[in-house]
Amino acid sequence: MTLSPHGIDNVAQAQAAWPERRAICRALLGAAVVATSPFVQAQRMYSGTLLSLPQMMDPIVAGRPLREGGVLIDIPVLVDNGFLVPARVVVDSPMTEQDHVTHLYLLSQRNPVTQMALFHMGPWSGRAEIGTRLRLAGSQKVVALARRSDGSFVWQQTDVIVTESACVDGT
Amino acid sequence: MSQARMQLPSRVQTGELVKARLLVAHPMETGYLQDLNGRTIARNVIRELTCDYGGRQVFRVEPSSGISGNPFFEFFFRAEQTGELLVRWVDDQGQQGQLRQTLQVQPPASRPAR
Repeated sequence: MTLSPHGIDNVAQAQAAWPERRAICRALLGAAVVATSPFVQAQRMYSGTLLSLPQMMDPIVAGRPLREGGVLIDIPVLVDNGFLVPARVVVDSPMTEQDHVTHLYLLSQRNPVTQMALFHMGPWSGRAEIGTRLRLAGSQKVVALARRSDGSFVWQQTDVIVTESACVDGT
Repeated sequence: MSQARMQLPSRVQTGELVKARLLVAHPMETGYLQDLNGRTIARNVIRELTCDYGGRQVFRVEPSSGISGNPFFEFFFRAEQTGELLVRWVDDQGQQGQLRQTLQVQPPASRPAR
């Protein structure tokens, strides 16, 4: 808008134009936010919410006795590809009729689905050992939680650094 | 054609621990990824996979999207006698698959009784 010598009318017009410009700016900003929202969502998916250990285990344990240790988790510390993470879990148990592991849970701190897998086992297994390949949405703690035949739980955690997450859509 | 493969030791004696390594061909779609047109691919993972041997379920797993595509499972069980291992699974779409494989079990090497 050019300033003309026509006096106060034009100045008033110029001032009146400002709220309009602000509205346009706001609209543009809003459009930009909407346009990038899939990216924002993907980012949110990647970073996830890191659950606390009680948040991960309490729904399963439900107040029964819980002890840390007695479980060995074998996962590489540094993983290149979150889509395929080799994991091996061994629970220290004699696997007899009297004392064996009945369930083994693999829990993820960051994945959209916390419980990655549930394995059933019993005295016929002979050894409380499981090998599988996980999918991990970024660096996080992985928890192995085992339910013993007396109803108590043992657990162990390990830290995994994932350089490429399994949730890379839209980025 | 075959959707799954299982690796078993070739020589097993009665009472010995057997390590089974199982690989299933399945996409294990998480339900979070999109196809090239930007449409979300529906979740389709194996809900349950079981292995029966000698009239007993020796292995059972309930995977979720946290298990990789073409899932791999390694598990142990005790060999009793020669018999068939029957692996069965069902996914979110209700598709079922199975694999039959025979485990050859030899009687324990008996010492000459003298």
